[in-house]
Amino acid sequence: MNTHVNQTELWIVIFFFVLVSGLGFAAARWRRASDFMHLDQWGLGGRSFGGFVTWFLLGGDLYTAYTFIAVPAALFAGGALGFFAVPYTIIVWPLIFVFLPRLWSVSHRHGYVTPADFVRGRHGSKSLSLAVAVTGIVATMPYIALQLVGIQACLDVIGLSGSGSGWLSKDLPLFIAFAVLAAFTYSSGLRAPALIAFIKDTLVYLVVIVAVIYIPTKIAGGWGHIFDASQKKLTTPNPVTHKPAGSITLSHPNVMPYASLALGSAMALFMYPHAQVGVLATRARGTVRRNISALAAYSLMLGLIALLGYMAIAEGFTTKSLGGNPQLAVPALFNKVFPSWFAGVGYAAITIGALVPAAIMSIAAANLFTRNIWVDFIRPDSSPHEQTRVSQLVSLLVKAGALVFVLSLDRTSAINFQLLGGVLILQTFPAIVFGLYTRYFHRWALLAGWAVGIVWGSVTAWNQSSPTQHHFGSQVAYIPFTGTKAYIAMTAFVLNAIVVLLVNFVLKAVKAPAGIDETSPADYLAEADESGVQPLPEPAAP
Amino acid sequence: MSERSGPVVTPARVGAAVCVIAPFVATLWISSYNKISPKLGGMPFFYWWQLLWVILTGVLMVAAYFLVKYDQGKRGGE
Repeated sequence: MNTHVNQTELWIVIFFFVLVSGLGFAAARWRRASDFMHLDQWGLGGRSFGGFVTWFLLGGDLYTAYTFIAVPAALFAGGALGFFAVPYTIIVWPLIFVFLPRLWSVSHRHGYVTPADFVRGRHGSKSLSLAVAVTGIVATMPYIALQLVGIQACLDVIGLSGSGSGWLSKDLPLFIAFAVLAAFTYSSGLRAPALIAFIKDTLVYLVVIVAVIYIPTKIAGGWGHIFDASQKKLTTPNPVTHKPAGSITLSHPNVMPYASLALGSAMALFMYPHAQVGVLATRARGTVRRNISALAAYSLMLGLIALLGYMAIAEGFTTKSLGGNPQLAVPALFNKVFPSWFAGVGYAAITIGALVPAAIMSIAAANLFTRNIWVDFIRPDSSPHEQTRVSQLVSLLVKAGALVFVLSLDRTSAINFQLLGGVLILQTFPAIVFGLYTRYFHRWALLAGWAVGIVWGSVTAWNQSSPTQHHFGSQVAYIPFTGTKAYIAMTAFVLNAIVVLLVNFVLKAVKAPAGIDETSPADYLAEADESGVQPLPEPAAP
Repeated sequence: MSERSGPVVTPARVGAAVCVIAPFVATLWISSYNKISPKLGGMPFFYWWQLLWVILTGVLMVAAYFLVKYDQGKRGGE
């Protein structure tokens, strides 16, 4: 949108980028263990993180550039429905309070690096484990792409991209950022994002606190005016569609989508491989549970960030004035209300906020590939050294894939990419979470439910059109045989669970072989000091 | 070790369960907060009520953590 580059903003972003890149490479030496070429070291940071590091790591991991860009953009463009991110990040905490300690314990007892490792060990099924691993990798790719969209939005407003003529000059800064990210992830593994997360979270808190105090005082009428102006803008019918964009409260048809988006996203969050990496990297069973109340601070921040979307409306921005891209709402708002140097700090926060999760996601996807595809299907006897090497290389591939993804697809639909990932990943919930509590469900039943959920969910998501997109136009769709819309992932999950129940009933009746469970009930309650953290105990039963 | 003994339902466990369930009820019962008034400092009820529940959930999670810990201590477990 800008034709000239804002020098001050650019140099501040470059300063912070160089700083975190240096940290990223230096991180290889932080808490270094004797044998670095081991997946527990490269991929899980030595499984040694205590409460303090975990708070920064999980916060940096879960509250991504998506937080800064897409959530306020959703409020900016559609009103109250976009605020589902707040109930979502409220209920995610009690949800994981219940089941994550069990996953932590069983993973430490058996040296599981990925959730798919657990699924294979619990259900004795390589095919189910493969299904979980592939789903994890496929769902993570658009999530990494989403981080790039966050960086792109900032570069656009600074004036760096968008104005270039060829695709290369236009996207060169993005290439450089990603090449550096790929290099330090390769060399330092999970330690890099863990260390960078300190800077990221500090910057993010600083910017958010300043923004929510400073902007409402600058806008005449304060919060009251911000909401009044938003209500007026959102309820004004669009001249083309003759429908209002939304409202600052939920209309009746939006109630079910709001609830199902919140619940479905919360259930999906810790099915993502990168979220589980953050958990498995902790030192003790209680680390995450003890941390949950402190992690809620991030949810509060997210709620305040969301309201930046309304502030952008009150400041007079419209989708049209942003060149048709609501994702630019927050960067453009910063550019308008902050002095250049502080807007630069804001963009640095978003850019680094994208690097941390992108690094963790690529590590998580690489671990999945190595453990559940390479070792299980290609080279069962590969050494820890070889596994780490494979993971490092795959982390590069995954990032390259995300780059292609974001450069080839419509960049304004960032949130829909991620929500499609949510549709897929939520279908692994039964295999993982049901599995943590019971072996009642047969592995083939879980696989059948997964397949039905994935197919129905993907086809339904594909078929949603909007005025701007023919496919993936919406994350909500009608529940079959009803007139109510709901989050596609959630409807697919219910379908998945029904299929699991029915197929399970049939398989039990015909006494299908259930597979060997290598875990015991005590494994799910184990503490770190009971068994010691074993790098890689006995190889899992084939 | 992780030996567990004692009754399945204890006051501490019920308390922890309430702490865990309350945020679900509060956030998913949308009709209870889908309105403009009462406003707080110009912010509609819909927004400040949900932001308030972020803080309440943090407090409830601390309570649940200590209730579970107390319960396990009494069982001579962890």
